[in-house]
Amino acid sequence: MENPPLKSLYQQLILEHYRKPKNKADLPDRTVEVLLTNPVCGDEIVLQLKIEGDEIRTARFAGQGCSISQASVSMMTVLLEGRKLADADGLAARFTRMMHGDESASGDRALGDLRALQGVSKFPVRIKCALLGFDALLEALKQSGYTPAIRGEEDEAGSAP
Amino acid sequence: MSLGAPAVSRATLAAPVLDPVVLRKDFPILDQEVNSRALVYLDNAATTQKPASVLAALDTYYRRDNANVHRGIHELSRRATVAYEEARTRVGRFVGAADPAEVIFTRGTTESINLMAWSWGLDVLREGDEILLTEMEHHSNVVPWQLVARRTGATLRWLEIDDQGLLELDALPKLLNHRTRLVSLTHVSNVLGTVNPVADIVRTVRERSDALVLIDGAQAVPHLPVDVRALGCDAYAFSGHKMCGPTGIGVLWARRELLDSMPPFQGGGEMIRVVEREGSTWADLPHKFEAGTPNIAGAIGLGAAVDYLERVGMAAIARHEQELLTYALDRLPDVPGFKALGPEQVEHRSGVISFTLGDAHPHDISTILDSQGIAVRAGHHCAQLVMRRFGLPATTRASLYFYNTAEDVDRMIAALQVVRGIFG
Repeated sequence: MENPPLKSLYQQLILEHYRKPKNKADLPDRTVEVLLTNPVCGDEIVLQLKIEGDEIRTARFAGQGCSISQASVSMMTVLLEGRKLADADGLAARFTRMMHGDESASGDRALGDLRALQGVSKFPVRIKCALLGFDALLEALKQSGYTPAIRGEEDEAGSAP
Repeated sequence: MSLGAPAVSRATLAAPVLDPVVLRKDFPILDQEVNSRALVYLDNAATTQKPASVLAALDTYYRRDNANVHRGIHELSRRATVAYEEARTRVGRFVGAADPAEVIFTRGTTESINLMAWSWGLDVLREGDEILLTEMEHHSNVVPWQLVARRTGATLRWLEIDDQGLLELDALPKLLNHRTRLVSLTHVSNVLGTVNPVADIVRTVRERSDALVLIDGAQAVPHLPVDVRALGCDAYAFSGHKMCGPTGIGVLWARRELLDSMPPFQGGGEMIRVVEREGSTWADLPHKFEAGTPNIAGAIGLGAAVDYLERVGMAAIARHEQELLTYALDRLPDVPGFKALGPEQVEHRSGVISFTLGDAHPHDISTILDSQGIAVRAGHHCAQLVMRRFGLPATTRASLYFYNTAEDVDRMIAALQVVRGIFG
């Protein structure tokens, strides 16, 4: 593959999460479940969370779609377990900034495997694929009674479904 | 009814040969690089590119003749009206209409079908009446009938498709009865490429019912010689932008007696004869169905597109696409994991190739092809019933036109090897 943006898009870590997703299972004792689809492409994600107090105990998902959407949600669930709701909200904001070209976000260790998705920012039509899981997360937080922090306009724009 | 008769006429194979390399020069947009590679445009089922003659017709209209039609007494209005009505005549002749008044300009196939649904359907359908559709339909030939069925109490029935993507025509007679008021189906599938034997289907419908037959010709008129009277249907819908014309213009052709019997679809200027407080009377065809200022430039552009297609020759276009499709379907399966949907025999299909490639998702395939300068479509192609029939959430679709070459197909095969390199 001689094309550098393409090479940065399809990193090995992304393909590994696509082929062997983490946390792709049913969560019987979930407290919230969100189904999100991208009607344009048919990508589909069901995010299930078990939230106790202000903490996400467990995160599981089901879904089908492209490597970017499925790897992104797999990576996200790994980071969510044991995380405070405000912290999960902050993670969504940092990831959204990275998708919109903030290169410093990609150096942020807190983003874990999600940093491998930085190349998506060079493919504008695929950004919504990478954000599908986080859109589901924000909806799940909302349904669980959490009020997202007020952020700058660029974050809000990035997280719109 | 036999399925054996090829839907694409054998005469196609005796048609003159066209040279895509020469014809490409008529399409300025094709001469560009995308992602540092010469553009290969294989998304023609979504929309086709426009030849310079169509662009010039639009430019001339707006630079020289722009005025409203059928209204002004002044010179520009006269020119605009003449050009608009000439376009109607040419488009009607192109599809074999008996009379230009049977050609209604719409926004496209979707609006043409909605016109039938909201004018004819709402007026005529009653509780218990049946509308027969097929599993192959684009959403634009499904959803309008669902909406009208809900209002009227009519019932939708479905003709299914087999594993090859052909209609289960043996089941057709049993689905027809005295309650069947409409059979609405596509001429050519936008996903499978299947060319349906419309004339045979119309004959069966006539033997078994009094139903009207409406044909969605969006993927047929650009690619095959179409004669609405030879097909024997009652109404036929198609879009300009899929046949080298501008977006926002399309056609509903229907038999004059049918159009005369139908109430107006939209009300407004242009479509009336006399307006009084108590009510109004309608203009003659075709204006009864063209409320408001129409897409004048679009119609003129479509007229120019029809001129262009006639110069190239529809039989030559059909032949070229058959040959290119054969070339593609012979070679694409060499890419490991490649699997095409649709009929195996090319005589039953047009140049649409929907496929899957191992576990690579269509969106990823489409991104990688785009990185190589190749435009294809990924998704459900507005035909979720077809997707469900084959148990697929999405496919990648390459769709050919007369300006595509064997080299385009070779470029796509090479790009699919790049996909294999990434997804294994």
